[in-house]
Amino acid sequence: MVKTLTPFDYTTAQPGDAWPALAMPPVARLTLALYCGASGDHNPLHVDSDFARAAGLGDVIAHGMLSMGYMGRTLTQQVPLGALREFSTRFLAMTRIGDQITCTAQVIARFNDAQGMPCLRVAVSAAGHNGEVKAAGEAIIALPSG
Amino acid sequence: MIDPCHIGYVSPPFTTEVERGRLRFFAKAIGETDPVYLEEDAAHAAGYPGLPVPPTFLFCLEMDRPAPYGWFDDLGIELPKVLHGEQSFVYHAMAYAGDCLTFAARVRDIYSKKGGLLEFVVQDNQISNQRGELIAEFTRTLVIRHG
Repeated sequence: MVKTLTPFDYTTAQPGDAWPALAMPPVARLTLALYCGASGDHNPLHVDSDFARAAGLGDVIAHGMLSMGYMGRTLTQQVPLGALREFSTRFLAMTRIGDQITCTAQVIARFNDAQGMPCLRVAVSAAGHNGEVKAAGEAIIALPSG
Repeated sequence: MIDPCHIGYVSPPFTTEVERGRLRFFAKAIGETDPVYLEEDAAHAAGYPGLPVPPTFLFCLEMDRPAPYGWFDDLGIELPKVLHGEQSFVYHAMAYAGDCLTFAARVRDIYSKKGGLLEFVVQDNQISNQRGELIAEFTRTLVIRHG
Protein backbone atom coordinates (compact mmCIF):
# COMPACT_ATOMS: atom_id res chain seq x y z
CA MET A 1 0.00 0.00 0.00
CA VAL A 2 1.46 3.31 -1.07
CA LYS A 3 0.77 6.16 1.31
CA THR A 4 0.88 9.79 0.31
CA LEU A 5 2.28 12.26 2.78
CA THR A 6 0.56 15.62 3.02
CA PRO A 7 2.38 17.95 2.85
CA PHE A 8 5.28 16.10 1.27
CA ASP A 9 8.73 16.61 2.75
CA TYR A 10 11.50 14.83 0.86
CA THR A 11 13.91 15.18 3.78
CA THR A 12 11.80 12.87 5.93
CA ALA A 13 10.33 10.69 3.16
CA GLN A 14 10.70 6.95 3.68
CA PRO A 15 11.00 4.03 1.23
CA GLY A 16 7.59 3.36 -0.28
CA ASP A 17 6.37 6.92 0.14
CA ALA A 18 4.67 8.32 -2.95
CA TRP A 19 5.95 11.59 -4.36
CA PRO A 20 3.38 14.22 -5.40
CA ALA A 21 2.42 13.53 -9.03
CA LEU A 22 2.60 16.03 -11.88
CA ALA A 23 -0.25 15.88 -14.40
CA MET A 24 0.28 17.60 -17.74
CA PRO A 25 -2.31 18.67 -20.31
CA PRO A 26 -2.61 16.55 -23.49
CA VAL A 27 0.35 16.80 -25.86
CA ALA A 28 -0.67 19.07 -28.74
CA ARG A 29 1.22 19.89 -31.93
CA LEU A 30 1.92 23.28 -30.36
CA THR A 31 3.54 21.50 -27.38
CA LEU A 32 5.95 19.80 -29.76
CA ALA A 33 6.58 22.97 -31.78
CA LEU A 34 7.45 24.89 -28.61
CA TYR A 35 9.66 22.08 -27.35
CA CYS A 36 11.39 21.83 -30.73
CA GLY A 37 12.27 25.51 -30.66
CA ALA A 38 13.11 25.80 -26.99
CA SER A 39 15.12 22.60 -26.74
CA GLY A 40 17.06 23.11 -29.96
CA ASP A 41 16.20 19.54 -30.99
CA HIS A 42 14.98 20.24 -34.52
CA ASN A 43 14.63 16.61 -35.54
CA PRO A 44 11.69 16.75 -38.01
CA LEU A 45 10.33 13.47 -36.60
CA HIS A 46 8.74 15.56 -33.84
CA VAL A 47 7.12 18.36 -35.84
CA ASP A 48 6.88 17.37 -39.51
CA SER A 49 4.05 14.88 -40.11
CA ASP A 50 5.21 14.17 -43.68
CA PHE A 51 8.68 13.27 -42.43
CA ALA A 52 7.24 11.11 -39.62
CA ARG A 53 4.95 9.24 -42.05
CA ALA A 54 7.85 8.61 -44.43
CA ALA A 55 9.85 7.29 -41.46
CA GLY A 56 7.06 4.76 -40.85
CA LEU A 57 5.75 6.27 -37.63
CA GLY A 58 2.34 7.36 -38.93
CA ASP A 59 2.53 10.80 -37.35
CA VAL A 60 4.86 12.92 -35.28
CA ILE A 61 6.01 11.58 -31.91
CA ALA A 62 6.97 13.65 -28.90
CA HIS A 63 10.60 14.11 -27.92
CA GLY A 64 11.54 11.62 -25.22
CA MET A 65 13.25 14.54 -23.53
CA LEU A 66 9.89 16.32 -23.19
CA SER A 67 8.77 13.51 -20.87
CA MET A 68 12.10 13.67 -19.07
CA GLY A 69 11.61 17.43 -18.70
CA TYR A 70 8.25 16.75 -17.02
CA MET A 71 9.90 14.11 -14.82
CA GLY A 72 12.56 16.63 -13.84
CA ARG A 73 9.85 19.10 -12.85
CA THR A 74 8.24 16.41 -10.70
CA LEU A 75 11.50 16.15 -8.77
CA THR A 76 12.39 19.84 -8.57
CA GLN A 77 8.94 20.89 -7.40
CA GLN A 78 9.90 19.16 -4.13
CA VAL A 79 13.69 19.37 -4.07
CA PRO A 80 16.13 22.28 -4.48
CA LEU A 81 17.88 21.90 -7.82
CA GLY A 82 21.33 21.72 -6.23
CA ALA A 83 20.33 18.57 -4.30
CA LEU A 84 19.83 16.57 -7.50
CA ARG A 85 22.86 14.30 -7.95
CA GLU A 86 21.81 11.88 -10.67
CA PHE A 87 18.83 11.54 -12.99
CA SER A 88 18.37 8.84 -15.58
CA THR A 89 15.60 7.30 -17.62
CA ARG A 90 14.82 4.74 -20.28
CA PHE A 91 12.33 5.69 -22.96
CA LEU A 92 9.89 2.79 -23.25
CA ALA A 93 7.03 3.87 -25.51
CA MET A 94 6.31 6.62 -28.00
CA THR A 95 4.27 9.62 -26.88
CA ARG A 96 1.79 10.81 -29.48
CA ILE A 97 -0.50 13.78 -30.03
CA GLY A 98 -3.30 13.70 -27.44
CA ASP A 99 -1.39 11.67 -24.88
CA GLN A 100 -1.85 13.07 -21.42
CA ILE A 101 1.32 12.54 -19.43
CA THR A 102 1.32 12.14 -15.68
CA CYS A 103 4.59 11.77 -13.81
CA THR A 104 4.75 9.83 -10.60
CA ALA A 105 7.61 8.96 -8.30
CA GLN A 106 8.23 6.89 -5.25
CA VAL A 107 11.01 6.78 -2.71
CA ILE A 108 13.01 3.56 -3.08
CA ALA A 109 15.67 3.95 -0.42
CA ARG A 110 17.55 6.18 1.97
CA PHE A 111 21.25 5.46 1.93
CA ASN A 112 24.67 6.97 2.51
CA ASP A 113 26.84 7.51 -0.56
CA ALA A 114 30.55 6.62 -0.77
CA GLN A 115 31.42 9.85 1.08
CA GLY A 116 28.90 9.08 3.81
CA MET A 117 26.44 11.75 2.64
CA PRO A 118 22.77 10.85 3.19
CA CYS A 119 20.86 10.41 -0.06
CA LEU A 120 17.46 9.44 -1.35
CA ARG A 121 16.92 7.08 -4.27
CA VAL A 122 13.67 7.81 -6.09
CA ALA A 123 11.95 5.94 -8.92
CA VAL A 124 10.30 8.36 -11.33
CA SER A 125 8.20 7.64 -14.39
CA ALA A 126 5.96 9.23 -17.00
CA ALA A 127 2.81 7.45 -18.18
CA GLY A 128 0.05 8.23 -20.66
CA HIS A 129 -3.62 8.52 -19.67
CA ASN A 130 -4.15 4.89 -20.72
CA GLY A 131 -1.52 3.84 -18.22
CA GLU A 132 1.18 3.08 -20.78
CA VAL A 133 4.57 3.89 -19.24
CA LYS A 134 6.45 6.17 -21.62
CA ALA A 135 9.63 6.62 -19.59
CA ALA A 136 10.89 5.19 -16.34
CA GLY A 137 14.00 6.04 -14.43
CA GLU A 138 15.65 6.98 -11.21
CA ALA A 139 17.05 9.96 -9.39
CA ILE A 140 19.50 10.32 -6.55
CA ILE A 141 18.94 13.30 -4.29
CA ALA A 142 21.26 14.57 -1.58
CA LEU A 143 19.59 14.95 1.81
CA PRO A 144 20.55 17.77 4.16
CA SER A 145 23.33 16.44 6.39
CA GLY A 146 23.19 16.92 10.15
CA MET B 1 25.65 -1.57 -39.93
CA ILE B 2 27.33 1.09 -37.86
CA ASP B 3 31.00 0.24 -37.75
CA PRO B 4 32.21 -0.33 -34.16
CA CYS B 5 35.48 1.26 -35.27
CA HIS B 6 33.70 4.53 -34.44
CA ILE B 7 33.87 3.73 -30.71
CA GLY B 8 35.99 6.57 -29.36
CA TYR B 9 34.69 9.06 -31.96
CA VAL B 10 35.16 12.53 -30.50
CA SER B 11 32.99 15.47 -31.60
CA PRO B 12 34.63 18.88 -31.88
CA PRO B 13 34.47 20.69 -28.51
CA PHE B 14 31.53 23.06 -28.44
CA THR B 15 31.13 26.12 -26.21
CA THR B 16 27.92 28.08 -25.80
CA GLU B 17 26.44 30.67 -23.47
CA VAL B 18 23.42 29.93 -21.32
CA GLU B 19 20.95 32.61 -22.38
CA ARG B 20 18.33 33.89 -19.96
CA GLY B 21 15.62 34.22 -22.60
CA ARG B 22 16.27 30.69 -23.80
CA LEU B 23 15.87 29.36 -20.25
CA ARG B 24 12.49 31.08 -20.03
CA PHE B 25 11.47 29.65 -23.41
CA PHE B 26 12.48 26.17 -22.26
CA ALA B 27 10.57 26.65 -18.99
CA LYS B 28 7.47 27.54 -21.02
CA ALA B 29 7.93 24.49 -23.26
CA ILE B 30 7.89 22.08 -20.30
CA GLY B 31 5.07 23.95 -18.55
CA GLU B 32 7.29 25.16 -15.72
CA THR B 33 5.47 27.39 -13.23
CA ASP B 34 8.09 27.67 -10.46
CA PRO B 35 9.18 31.34 -10.51
CA VAL B 36 12.75 30.32 -9.63
CA TYR B 37 13.14 29.21 -13.28
CA LEU B 38 11.31 32.21 -14.74
CA GLU B 39 12.04 35.34 -12.72
CA GLU B 40 15.43 36.65 -11.73
CA ASP B 41 14.13 38.05 -8.43
CA ALA B 42 12.81 34.64 -7.44
CA ALA B 43 16.10 33.02 -8.45
CA HIS B 44 18.06 35.52 -6.35
CA ALA B 45 15.68 35.01 -3.42
CA ALA B 46 16.46 31.28 -3.66
CA GLY B 47 20.15 32.11 -3.34
CA TYR B 48 21.05 31.67 -7.01
CA PRO B 49 23.19 34.22 -8.92
CA GLY B 50 20.76 34.02 -11.87
CA LEU B 51 18.17 31.79 -13.51
CA PRO B 52 19.33 28.20 -12.95
CA VAL B 53 19.69 25.61 -15.70
CA PRO B 54 17.01 22.95 -15.08
CA PRO B 55 17.97 19.25 -14.96
CA THR B 56 17.49 18.25 -18.61
CA PHE B 57 18.40 21.51 -20.35
CA LEU B 58 22.11 20.62 -20.61
CA PHE B 59 21.12 18.01 -23.20
CA CYS B 60 19.39 20.74 -25.19
CA LEU B 61 22.33 23.14 -25.11
CA GLU B 62 24.55 20.45 -26.59
CA MET B 63 22.28 20.36 -29.62
CA ASP B 64 23.06 24.01 -30.33
CA ARG B 65 26.36 22.96 -31.89
CA PRO B 66 26.61 24.06 -35.55
CA ALA B 67 25.75 20.62 -37.00
CA PRO B 68 24.09 18.69 -34.16
CA TYR B 69 23.54 15.65 -36.38
CA GLY B 70 26.87 15.97 -38.20
CA TRP B 71 28.30 13.03 -36.29
CA PHE B 72 25.40 10.90 -37.52
CA ASP B 73 26.75 11.33 -41.05
CA ASP B 74 30.28 10.43 -39.96
CA LEU B 75 29.03 7.25 -38.27
CA GLY B 76 26.49 6.36 -40.98
CA ILE B 77 23.43 6.86 -38.76
CA GLU B 78 20.22 7.65 -40.67
CA LEU B 79 18.20 10.28 -38.78
CA PRO B 80 14.70 8.90 -39.63
CA LYS B 81 15.65 5.57 -38.02
CA VAL B 82 16.87 7.05 -34.74
CA LEU B 83 15.02 6.89 -31.43
CA HIS B 84 16.25 8.07 -28.05
CA GLY B 85 16.61 4.95 -25.93
CA GLU B 86 18.08 6.12 -22.65
CA GLN B 87 19.37 9.30 -21.06
CA SER B 88 21.28 9.82 -17.84
CA PHE B 89 22.79 12.81 -16.07
CA VAL B 90 25.27 13.10 -13.22
CA TYR B 91 25.40 16.57 -11.67
CA HIS B 92 28.48 18.03 -10.01
CA ALA B 93 27.65 21.74 -9.82
CA MET B 94 24.89 24.07 -10.90
CA ALA B 95 24.88 26.24 -14.01
CA TYR B 96 23.17 29.57 -14.46
CA ALA B 97 22.19 32.09 -17.09
CA GLY B 98 25.33 33.83 -18.32
CA ASP B 99 27.59 30.82 -17.86
CA CYS B 100 29.64 29.61 -20.83
CA LEU B 101 29.52 25.84 -21.03
CA THR B 102 31.82 23.58 -23.04
CA PHE B 103 30.66 20.16 -24.20
CA ALA B 104 33.10 17.33 -24.85
CA ALA B 105 31.36 14.41 -26.53
CA ARG B 106 32.75 10.93 -27.15
CA VAL B 107 31.14 7.72 -28.44
CA ARG B 108 31.53 5.10 -25.71
CA ASP B 109 29.90 2.05 -27.29
CA ILE B 110 28.28 0.68 -30.44
CA TYR B 111 26.44 -2.65 -30.44
CA SER B 112 23.47 -4.39 -32.01
CA LYS B 113 20.64 -6.66 -30.88
CA LYS B 114 18.03 -8.88 -32.56
CA GLY B 115 20.44 -9.94 -35.30
CA GLY B 116 21.19 -6.35 -36.27
CA LEU B 117 17.54 -5.16 -36.40
CA LEU B 118 18.36 -2.75 -33.61
CA GLU B 119 21.64 -0.92 -33.30
CA PHE B 120 22.72 1.09 -30.27
CA VAL B 121 25.12 4.01 -30.02
CA VAL B 122 26.14 5.27 -26.58
CA GLN B 123 27.64 8.77 -26.38
CA ASP B 124 29.10 10.46 -23.29
CA ASN B 125 29.27 14.21 -22.77
CA GLN B 126 31.28 16.12 -20.18
CA ILE B 127 30.19 19.67 -19.49
CA SER B 128 32.45 22.26 -17.92
CA ASN B 129 31.92 25.95 -17.25
CA GLN B 130 33.98 29.07 -18.00
CA ARG B 131 36.09 28.43 -14.88
CA GLY B 132 36.96 24.93 -16.04
CA GLU B 133 34.77 23.33 -13.37
CA LEU B 134 33.07 20.07 -14.28
CA ILE B 135 29.34 20.87 -14.12
CA ALA B 136 27.80 17.60 -15.21
CA GLU B 137 28.15 14.51 -17.33
CA PHE B 138 25.44 13.00 -19.45
CA THR B 139 25.09 9.87 -21.50
CA ARG B 140 22.63 9.27 -24.30
CA THR B 141 21.81 5.95 -25.86
CA LEU B 142 20.42 6.09 -29.37
CA VAL B 143 18.49 3.21 -30.90
CA ILE B 144 18.62 2.81 -34.68
CA ARG B 145 15.68 0.80 -36.02
CA HIS B 146 16.09 -1.35 -39.13
CA GLY B 147 12.81 -2.72 -40.53
